Amino acid sequence: MSTIQAIPLNWYILLSAVLFVIGVLGVLYRRNAIIIFMSVELMLNAVNLLLTAFSSYRGDSAGQVFVFFIMAVAAAEVAVGLAILIVIYRNTNSTDINFLNKLKW
Amino acid sequence: MMIKYIFYFLAFVSVFSALMVVVSKNPVHCVLYLIMCFFSIAGHYVLLNAQFLAAVHVIVYAGAIMVLFLFVIMLLNLNTQSEPHKSTWLKFAAAITSGLLLVILVGTLKGSETMVMPVGNPNAGLIKNLGNTLFKDFLLPFEVSSILFLVAMVGAVMLGKKEIK
Amino acid sequence: MISFLIYKTILVIVIFAVSLVVAMYSTYGERKIAAFMQDRIGPNRAGPFGILQPLADGVKMFMKEEIIPDVSNKALFILGPCIAMLTACMTGVVIPWGDAITIGGEKYSLQITDINIGVLYMFGVLSIGVYGVMIGGWASNNKFSLLGAIRASSQMISYEVAMGLSIIALVMMTGTISLKEITEQQAGGNWNMWNVVYQPVGFLIFLICAFAETNRTPFDLPECETELVGGYHTEYSSMKLGFYLFAEYINMFISSAVIATLYFGGYNFPFMHDLGLSENLITILGVVALFAKIFFFIFLYMWVRWTVPRFRYDQLMNLGWKILIPLSIGNIMLTGLITLLRQKYHF
Repeated sequence: MSTIQAIPLNWYILLSAVLFVIGVLGVLYRRNAIIIFMSVELMLNAVNLLLTAFSSYRGDSAGQVFVFFIMAVAAAEVAVGLAILIVIYRNTNSTDINFLNKLKW
Repeated sequence: MMIKYIFYFLAFVSVFSALMVVVSKNPVHCVLYLIMCFFSIAGHYVLLNAQFLAAVHVIVYAGAIMVLFLFVIMLLNLNTQSEPHKSTWLKFAAAITSGLLLVILVGTLKGSETMVMPVGNPNAGLIKNLGNTLFKDFLLPFEVSSILFLVAMVGAVMLGKKEIK
Repeated sequence: MISFLIYKTILVIVIFAVSLVVAMYSTYGERKIAAFMQDRIGPNRAGPFGILQPLADGVKMFMKEEIIPDVSNKALFILGPCIAMLTACMTGVVIPWGDAITIGGEKYSLQITDINIGVLYMFGVLSIGVYGVMIGGWASNNKFSLLGAIRASSQMISYEVAMGLSIIALVMMTGTISLKEITEQQAGGNWNMWNVVYQPVGFLIFLICAFAETNRTPFDLPECETELVGGYHTEYSSMKLGFYLFAEYINMFISSAVIATLYFGGYNFPFMHDLGLSENLITILGVVALFAKIFFFIFLYMWVRWTVPRFRYDQLMNLGWKILIPLSIGNIMLTGLITLLRQKYHF
């Protein structure tokens, strides 16, 4: 018996909604820029899970190709984002986002 | 029957570890919980018969992205003491806001009707089918993403250099 | 169903035990080979020719006092060596240790599981292996450990890229990433050569990267004693240190098995179907052939260790990023070109 017969699609939608909301909570709840960044990754993964579930239930590969692209974009984003974070840390000696409200150095 | 329990277990692990990412005080623990969460999501991919995606997910997220995060946290020597905190009011507001979002999402799901799914190819997640879709229907985005990588690489190297002449 | 479970369980236990025993005796082999190269005798006290030396070492490891640094993170400190050991043992699952054996009309494959993403699984496990070193080094709360851990992980990540690129050329040629099918394609007869003949550059890159991934000399910077005390395992003692050292030897064994499978025909040996032997005998001889190849590569690891001096860190990074990666990309282009030409002109 395959997953598709055993588990309704709604469960996957619910699960990824919960994961997405936890990601939103992380962005609002924390002040450390790195943790906020990680919460964004969590949200991207919730979307990935949803796309994969849809793709598997429909039997269409396109959804999984989207996930593939999201992964590629996430990897590029992390490389640039962490580099920016390190530059910020060099300047302010902290990763607290509340120091970044001046829009100038 | 078995699959149901595996799903419950994986769902529990992913939600629990995602919550711990948000709640943990120590940034290194946050990273480790996020890695745990990614592994459970890879488990979901295997359940959904998307083995290729599961393997790539582990390689890209656990093997590359999270290692970068761990690197940065270790090099900056962030720990529980240096962790900034929001005021209790803001935390409360954040919890309320995201709770409302969850209510809205679940409410939308409740209101929607369950679609009857057209039966497609059950092997959509196998490499052969994925490769066909990727290199036939999505060839241009694929090539463009390679340029994106190049740009990101150059940007990261330029930002990371101490002094730009 | 039950017999299937029993047979898989036995297979898992056997392969686990074999990896441990081979790793144990690799330590003995290493010391004997080092002694031979340096004109010494090597361990010869425990048992005849010192054959019981690994057991004595193991007992010593268990008996030593276990020290956990006071200010370190205790849970993560224990987790580090566990991950190192776990990932070392995990790859053995997808390697085809032999063809099927027929007992009472039933075929029993000597591969634990033939998943269709074998090579990717291997890379997934490899990329998790970084965490064992990183977590252990960070949790020790010691600057030498942290430096060693950061060196080790950046080295492993850098060489993983070149390793992946070198395998892509191979996969383009074979058209599959199941290790079983890659092995079967190299079966003898009809002038069917091992992959190393078609992919010599890819094989060299893979070999160098395998040395770097297992942290062996000339790439043993993460633990070089002259600069970093002991690298990431400076603070470890007793069996937790043993786990790290042991994981290195298991990694060596497994990576030798992977090299033998991908490039040297796995359990195939020349003229295997021309001698008129029975199926089961061929399978058993195939296992012997595979292990002969594996032992040769383990010997190569040791040979290199006692011949080539250690790289400097910038040399290591230059080799990885500026030589191996462009070389493997060139190899991919060349392989693609030849594959296309072959399709067009049928040679």
